[in-house]
Amino acid sequence: MTEQTTRLVLPSHIEAVGDVDAAVTHVVQRCGIGEAAAFGIDIAVREAVTNAMVHGNQEDETKSVEILFNCLGNALEIEVRDQGEGFDPSRVPDPTDPVNILKTSGRGIFLMRSFMDEVEWSLRPEGGSTVRMVKKY
Amino acid sequence: MAELNIRERQAGDITVLDMDGRITIGEGSVALRSAVRRLLEEGKKNILLNLAGVGYIDSSGIGELVSSYTAIKNQEGQLKLLSLTEKLRDLLTITKLLTVFDAYETEADALSSFT
Repeated sequence: MTEQTTRLVLPSHIEAVGDVDAAVTHVVQRCGIGEAAAFGIDIAVREAVTNAMVHGNQEDETKSVEILFNCLGNALEIEVRDQGEGFDPSRVPDPTDPVNILKTSGRGIFLMRSFMDEVEWSLRPEGGSTVRMVKKY
Repeated sequence: MAELNIRERQAGDITVLDMDGRITIGEGSVALRSAVRRLLEEGKKNILLNLAGVGYIDSSGIGELVSSYTAIKNQEGQLKLLSLTEKLRDLLTITKLLTVFDAYETEADALSSFT
C-alpha cells in the first residue's frame, strides 16, 4: 500500500477546531481504521490542535495550524504544526495525580498520550513547533 | 445549530439538566458553565447532569465538569452524573475522574442518592 497524505490548514481560533473532525473521519476511513481507534485518534488530534492554537499560536488568527495525516499502511502518522516557540512536555503535571485531579485544565496532553502509541514534540529549524503522533493499527 | 442543547427540569429539590450534543472547547463548554452558574445564582444547588445525549467531550469539556463540581461543592451543593455514554465513561475512567464524580445508570438511583 502506498503512503497517502492529507493536509489541513486552520486559522488559530477555537471555533475552527471542529473542522478537524471531518478530516479525521475521512482519513480513518481511507486508512481502514476501526471505530474504536478512530474515536481516540479524533480526541488526540483535537487536543493537539487546540494546544497549537491556544498555547502555540496564542490564538493569533494571523498564525495558522497545519495538520498532516499520513497513512503508512500499518500506522497513521499525524503531525500538528504551530508557529509557537515550543515547550517542555516533561514539565506538564500528571492530571491524574490526586493533587491535580480537580484542576480544570491540563488533560490534553494526557489524552493524546493515552490514545496514541507515540507522541513526541520537536522544534522546526525554520521556526515553530511540531507534535508528531502515531497510531498503529 | 447549538453545539450543546440543555433543557432544565425539576425533580423535587433537584434540578435535572438534560444535555444533548457535545461538550467541547468554545460553545459547548460555555453553555454548561452558564447553566450551572445561573442555577447557583438561583439557589439551586442539587444538580443532576443527564449525559445520555452527550456523545463527545474534550479536555475543555471535562474541565468544565470539574469546574461545575467544585463550584457546586463550594456552595455545599451536590453535582451528580446520569447515563454516561460509553465514550464519556471511558474518558472519565482514564482521567480518574470517576473516582470523583458519582455516576448513575438510572434517574431513580441518581435522584435517591442526593442527601
